[in-house]
Amino acid sequence: MDISNLLKICIKALLNNKMRCFLTMLGIIIGVASVIAMLAIGNGSKQSIRAEIGSMGSNMIMISPGNGRFGGVRQSGSSMQTLKLSDYESIVRQASYIDKITPTVQSSGQAVKGAKNTPTSIYGVNEQYLDIRGYEIASGSCFTESDILHANKVCIVGQTVVNELFSDGTDPLGQTIRFGKIPMKIIGVLASKGYNSMGQDQDDLLIAPYTTVQKRVLAINYIQGITASALSEEYTDQAIDEITKILQTNHNIRIGQDNDFNVRSQQEMMETMSSVMDMLTVLLAAVAGISLIVGGIGIMNIMYVSVTERTREIGLRMSIGAKGRQILLQFLIESIIISVAGGLIGVVLGVAAAKIIALFGTPTAVSTFSIVLSFLVCVFTGVFFGWYPARKAAGLNPIDALRYE
Amino acid sequence: MNEIIRLEQIKREFIVGEEVVRALRGVSFTITQGEFVTIMGTSGSGKSTLLNILGCLDVATSGEYYLDGVSVRQMSKNDRATLRNRKIGFIFQNYNLLPKTTSIENVELPLMYNRHVSHSERRERAIAALKEVGLGDRLTHRSNQLSGGQMQRVAIARALVNDPVIILADEATGNLDTRTSYEVLALFQRLHRDGRTILFVTHNPELASFSSRTITLRDGRITSDIRNDRIASAAEVLAAMPKEEEE
Ligand SMILES: Nc1ncnc2c1ncn2[C@@H]1O[C@H](COP(=O)(O)OP(=O)(O)OP(=O)(O)O)[C@@H](O)[C@H]1O
Ligand SMILES: [Mg+2]
Repeated sequence: MDISNLLKICIKALLNNKMRCFLTMLGIIIGVASVIAMLAIGNGSKQSIRAEIGSMGSNMIMISPGNGRFGGVRQSGSSMQTLKLSDYESIVRQASYIDKITPTVQSSGQAVKGAKNTPTSIYGVNEQYLDIRGYEIASGSCFTESDILHANKVCIVGQTVVNELFSDGTDPLGQTIRFGKIPMKIIGVLASKGYNSMGQDQDDLLIAPYTTVQKRVLAINYIQGITASALSEEYTDQAIDEITKILQTNHNIRIGQDNDFNVRSQQEMMETMSSVMDMLTVLLAAVAGISLIVGGIGIMNIMYVSVTERTREIGLRMSIGAKGRQILLQFLIESIIISVAGGLIGVVLGVAAAKIIALFGTPTAVSTFSIVLSFLVCVFTGVFFGWYPARKAAGLNPIDALRYE
Repeated sequence: MNEIIRLEQIKREFIVGEEVVRALRGVSFTITQGEFVTIMGTSGSGKSTLLNILGCLDVATSGEYYLDGVSVRQMSKNDRATLRNRKIGFIFQNYNLLPKTTSIENVELPLMYNRHVSHSERRERAIAALKEVGLGDRLTHRSNQLSGGQMQRVAIARALVNDPVIILADEATGNLDTRTSYEVLALFQRLHRDGRTILFVTHNPELASFSSRTITLRDGRITSDIRNDRIASAAEVLAAMPKEEEE
């Protein structure tokens, strides 16, 4: 029999069983689509974190006050005052692997301009902060040594704050806004950086001299952290060691005692986050895998039942002259049509789902691997479980197949 | 006359658990072209078993079977499939039509498995076969839209469409009411007059008088083989039947 006859037979058989076809396809569609979407979410999150490392600079080092990891007793608010400006100055004087460095203090509050106000954060830093964090000034300029020395009430504003406070289009440069009760003159506007991978708006901030924030906003004399950048990525570890030693000497911490500060590299933090994302991906993949298995079982069931149910049809076809091979081919082609069509629809839906999820803010990245894997698994399951029972039926005597119950 | 079927000591045994069921215990006969043979016998006497072997749907445990001069026993499965496709028209008691499929498509089916028949020829022959059984006006009806007698006539058309050397019918009238039975029988008689060779299994003794020969089976053996020269006409019986019978 030529293949066109066989195709005609298959298409007729499929059209005669639209519901069964659809149900089988549904299993495949859901299996394929869910695997693609799940893996896309996992992948997307990981990729955006990687991109983050790239954009933030992996040579960034953050020093924060702390009471070590195990000190149960010293876990009071005052213990977080362990970093002093003298620590910063020691590092500046002694460290050789450090490129840029700034003390940091930070406060949250309301930025006000006339009748408009917006909640935001103010970062007290020195002028090197912009380089370390990769901010650029779009207009105006950064504050100077003199501003820091005199704790001048000047600030640089992020784009989000500009949008909130100057929605009428006035040029913010030279204007005075208030942060809390403190009036501040805007001397610069930052270029927009957008959101980072954790969904934080990187333009929602004010940057001011650390002395200004320390004295006028927070009224403290300690610093909340130090942010530095190593000479380059390779020197990050040396720089961390160096800083740790300097601070240990400064703080009189003897060998065996817990440090009252933490020194971490950006890279380290990213790796921690990355491994969390890896776990998430594994978890998602497991869920997807389960739905793939469930989908596969669905396919097996329907295929198996339908062939069994059609054993009499197989018997009839054989009784009027169909050869075992032709029966097999018919079922093989039928299951290929169903599986491949279902698989393709599943791929389309999966990719679409990933795109839709991305619209809601979760980064997704569809990998070719997930498409190929899920498609092959489902199509293989469909074809195998369509073909295997048919092979059994085609091996029967026609009369046994006809009498099958 | 041409010899169509020759059976030599056909035996068929089924193994059911520990037991051996001897459905046929050595059946021999020959059928020549143009015969209309009724096979009779009580239930369980082996009629269906015999017919299935004749139709190459089943194989004998032992004994020789020649169909149109060819030994079936030594054939491969595929060759037997081809034989069924080209030389045999089999009619089942329960019609065995494909569900949700039109009459034409059902009748075309055997020709679908014959690559020498083109698409247009297939259609022509299917329509001709359906017209022959009087279903010219039911070509595109689906099997679930037909009456029992009509379904059986579609099945008969399907058995005719490949122009077989022999038509085998197992209780072809078993599911039909009396009147429809006679209609189908009259159809067989017409096919017989046109020169077809027909083997007709029934357990209804009344139907024997309409064929040219009656073979009776009992416990897997032939107990009688009678020729009938005075063939009754099913068409006449049908005409004599009161038309209102159904109401
Ligand atoms: N597949 C089978 N397995 C086991 N035994 C079988 C099988 N087919 C038939 N038989 C046995 O063979 C014997 C003959 O059966 P067969 O169907 O040929 O009878 P029959 O003459 O057609 O009866 P009926 O008039 O009721 O249709 C029966 O005893 C039956 O039980
Ligand atoms: Mg029977």
